[in-house]
Amino acid sequence: MAGAAAPGTGLGAAGGDGDDSLYPIAVLIDELRNEDVQLRLNSIKKLSTIALALGVERTRTELLPFLTDTIYDEDEVLLALAEQLGNFTGLVGGPDFAHCLLPPLESLATVEETVVRDRAVESLRQISQEHTPVALEVHFVPLVKRLASGDWFTSRTSACGLFSVCYPRASNAVKEEIRQHFRSLCSDDTPMVRRAAASKLGEFAKVLELDSVKSEIVPLFTNLASDEQDSVRLLAVEACVSIAQLLSQDDLEALVMPTLRQAAEDKSWRVRYMVADKFSELQKAVGPKITLNDLIPAFQNLLKDCEAEVRAAAAHKVKELCENLPIEGRETIIMNQILPYIKELVSDMNQHVKSALASVIMGLSTILGKENTIEHLLPLFLAQLKDECPEVRLNIISNLDCVNEVIGIRQLSQSLLPAIVELAKDAKWRVRLAIIEYMPLLAGQLGVEFFDEKLNSLCMAWLVDHVYAIREAATNNLMKLVQKFGTEWAQNTIVPKVLVMADDPNYLHRMTTLFCINALSEACGQEITTKQMLPIVLKMAGDQVANVRFNVAKSLQKIGPILDTNALQGEVRPVLQKLGQDEDMDVKYFAQEAISVMAQRLRKLDLPVKDSEELSAPRADKNHFLSPTVPGDNTRKGPAYQLHVNTRDKLAQLELAERVHFPQSRD
Amino acid sequence: MDSVSDLKSKEIKRATLNELVEYVSTNRGVIVESAYSDIVKMISANIFRTLPPSDNPDFDPEEDEPTLEASWPHIQLVYEFFLRFLESPDFQPSIAKRYIDQKFVQQLLELFDSEDPRERDFLKTVLHRIYGKFLGLRAFIRKQINNIFLRFIYETEHFNGVAELLEILGSIINGFALPLKAEHKQFLMKVLIPMHTAKGLALFHAQLAYCVVQFLEKDTTLTEPVIRGLLKFWPKTCSQKEVMFLGEIEEILDVIEPTQFKKIEEPLFKQISKCVSSSHFQVAERALYFWNNEYILSLIEENIDKILPIMFASLYKISKEHWNPTIVTLVYNVLKTLMEMNGKLFEDLTSSYKAERQREKKKELEREELWKKLEELKLKKALENQNSAFNMHSILSNTSAE
Repeated sequence: MAGAAAPGTGLGAAGGDGDDSLYPIAVLIDELRNEDVQLRLNSIKKLSTIALALGVERTRTELLPFLTDTIYDEDEVLLALAEQLGNFTGLVGGPDFAHCLLPPLESLATVEETVVRDRAVESLRQISQEHTPVALEVHFVPLVKRLASGDWFTSRTSACGLFSVCYPRASNAVKEEIRQHFRSLCSDDTPMVRRAAASKLGEFAKVLELDSVKSEIVPLFTNLASDEQDSVRLLAVEACVSIAQLLSQDDLEALVMPTLRQAAEDKSWRVRYMVADKFSELQKAVGPKITLNDLIPAFQNLLKDCEAEVRAAAAHKVKELCENLPIEGRETIIMNQILPYIKELVSDMNQHVKSALASVIMGLSTILGKENTIEHLLPLFLAQLKDECPEVRLNIISNLDCVNEVIGIRQLSQSLLPAIVELAKDAKWRVRLAIIEYMPLLAGQLGVEFFDEKLNSLCMAWLVDHVYAIREAATNNLMKLVQKFGTEWAQNTIVPKVLVMADDPNYLHRMTTLFCINALSEACGQEITTKQMLPIVLKMAGDQVANVRFNVAKSLQKIGPILDTNALQGEVRPVLQKLGQDEDMDVKYFAQEAISVMAQRLRKLDLPVKDSEELSAPRADKNHFLSPTVPGDNTRKGPAYQLHVNTRDKLAQLELAERVHFPQSRD
Repeated sequence: MDSVSDLKSKEIKRATLNELVEYVSTNRGVIVESAYSDIVKMISANIFRTLPPSDNPDFDPEEDEPTLEASWPHIQLVYEFFLRFLESPDFQPSIAKRYIDQKFVQQLLELFDSEDPRERDFLKTVLHRIYGKFLGLRAFIRKQINNIFLRFIYETEHFNGVAELLEILGSIINGFALPLKAEHKQFLMKVLIPMHTAKGLALFHAQLAYCVVQFLEKDTTLTEPVIRGLLKFWPKTCSQKEVMFLGEIEEILDVIEPTQFKKIEEPLFKQISKCVSSSHFQVAERALYFWNNEYILSLIEENIDKILPIMFASLYKISKEHWNPTIVTLVYNVLKTLMEMNGKLFEDLTSSYKAERQREKKKELEREELWKKLEELKLKKALENQNSAFNMHSILSNTSAE
């Protein structure tokens, strides 16, 4: 109620004095005080409109102070505000005035809600770049210092994200202060702040001088990595990647490796998990020598960790680790130091571990070459293809292409087939769906003969699955198979079977025929579509189930572009016209849609359509046609109305017969 | 992890632990000074461990069965022993504090995240005893709980032992001396109130509401900020939570002082008026039940001039429109009660109801109009800017010359 008068006065000011610029702020204030959060949110989201209307001067002197004072609102509104202010530099008069945006963002950076705070920090980082070096020291750095020494932990957490953006452009004296503040946050009393500092440690290290990295960052890193809370220690692992990249091999060995070794054996599984998860990055950062001496043994331990989570994370990294080893001596290292551990994991008792391994293990074959693959890896693949967990089998099958390149898929086909057949019948439809999606790939690798003999029947069986998603995927699968094996194959093996389903007693199966035709027609080409498919579609127009009939209309629209004009004019049009008068509303709708699309196409082809003179007239002046049939214009609501106008709109471009007939049947 | 190996050794360990429990609970004078160090060492070695990852990564405490601790058969006895040790009449905190220190408590608190409710129950009693006996650790314990909660609210949204910790806090708050320290007030406003936003509120709401009400019973001046805080975090989409919030508000109103009530009646009843017209009947019903509460009713009657105008429109509207017949009946009763409190005002509001609705609609139109105008103004400005871009150079050179 408080603001009820404001818009009135605002309007008065605008209308009466002609001073347009007065009322945007009134609108905003009124809207910002509205009880409805949505309205407050709307006005904040249009903040740039308001600022633009106010001009840069008044934005600085009126709008920003107002915003700074009123920051007590729902977090959603604050989030929008924090976001807006990040892009406000232009609206306050460019980089010279960017510092005007700092006060409201500073308040936002201290609120409790993490999302708001993070967004405010993001905006501050953005704006920091727009400050001149002088403004940075005069305005921005003091803000960072204030945040860093705030009472409540939220402001200190926010400060952590701002050090790295102002450090590179600050003078030496200020740099020293910034480092000092960062140091104290790393040993903050509150774990939340230490976590924030630990997560920004790597980023900060990157902008520091090498000497400071060694003398200051490394001790901080060591401390954080032995924090009493594992949530802090694990963040230090992440920082390790950045820090390692900055140091020479000798420094690395002396300054970082003791800590990293300790992290890999941390008593908390979360820390070990982090090491496993970041393994590839760590490996790249420390270089080949340390990898061989330190990381490989650590990796072996992670692969046989007592927690399945850690083993799974390490298993995921097996391929990348092997790939990144120096090529010289790689094979020996993998064979002697990695493979024995992998073999163990194949029969791990946790399915996540096995499935993680299965998702990457095939990649080893390209690294190890044909002989090793056949001798050492193949038995593992075969074992995993028989695993009790479907996800493991799927992961193996989905990566078959790697093996195919090295040894050819035939080696596997004997074991592959039972695995595929079993997955194809799995009780979980998502498993069936996944295997369908690999069918085209498998077909390409196994070849047409093998496919016809063993897998074709599976593909056809999926078409009558009781889950729609499977039937749908099966149709798409057929299309991809036709693209692979060609139209002749389609004509002989697929099309007849699909068309037989048109007479199935189950209407869902009859519809599947239509969906298959939709998918296959383009790949099969004009001849097969016109001669074999079209007659079936047309015949189905008489189906007793309305769903089948309107899918006939949809199919005809879909395959229209493939048919020649004779078929369109002679066969399709009469059927659609009949469906256009169907008793079912949906059938009618889709038939009419198909008719109009077809008519447009015929016109584009510039074919002589009968009654062509009359066609051009209504097209030029279709409003004339429409106006008498929409009396009063008071039916403007609901889909029925839209349907009405749409079709009529298009009908105006059609032949007279339809045009006359249609309004009668509708109204 | 492995509960079947070394069965024989495990049995021996169990037997020994049983013996120890028996020993400390039946004998006097057996907790000698030299034993403290070893006892605490034994307890630490057995119960302090990194909790394993949950078997079910999407563990939903409201839906799923918790994973029970595999080593419970002997851990239970260790806890049992620990408790008897703490509760023994011979137990001397002044000696024990050398061993039961901050680090010990820190590790103990981390165990509250255990998925096994049996373990959390023991921990609750243990921590309660420690808080009672070790005065020097109290501030530290409160601060660590504070940190656990903040992390729960703003970082992980996951901690299994929230309800247990709140239960302990309930009795801690009960013992706070007056006037309340700033630290305690801050805990209420910055931790307990935001905690209402947690996804799994249902799991600990009873304990949380108890803590909040404890605070208000200690210091009534906290009523206004607390209620404003709850209104700020009022659930927008979750009806179950909304019902819980209404329950908590009723608990607060039960103990509210009339002077405090006056301070928050307006925002509060605006929210209640939204709740009674909720299309979720449980929310509407819960809010309407306020009128069955004698004390609340007396507060409403005292302030009927303020409250009736806020509530009237919603009540009037749902009495005609709500889909649920129970709600309609309840609303009729509430309207009747309100009418009896001030018949004159009720009549005035009834007769101005339509005019009020029309005024609202008009306001809505005005708002749209305003935004449209603003949009035009923006375009105009943009156009002006374009035109003046020509002069930009001269302006820029002028300013730089200055």
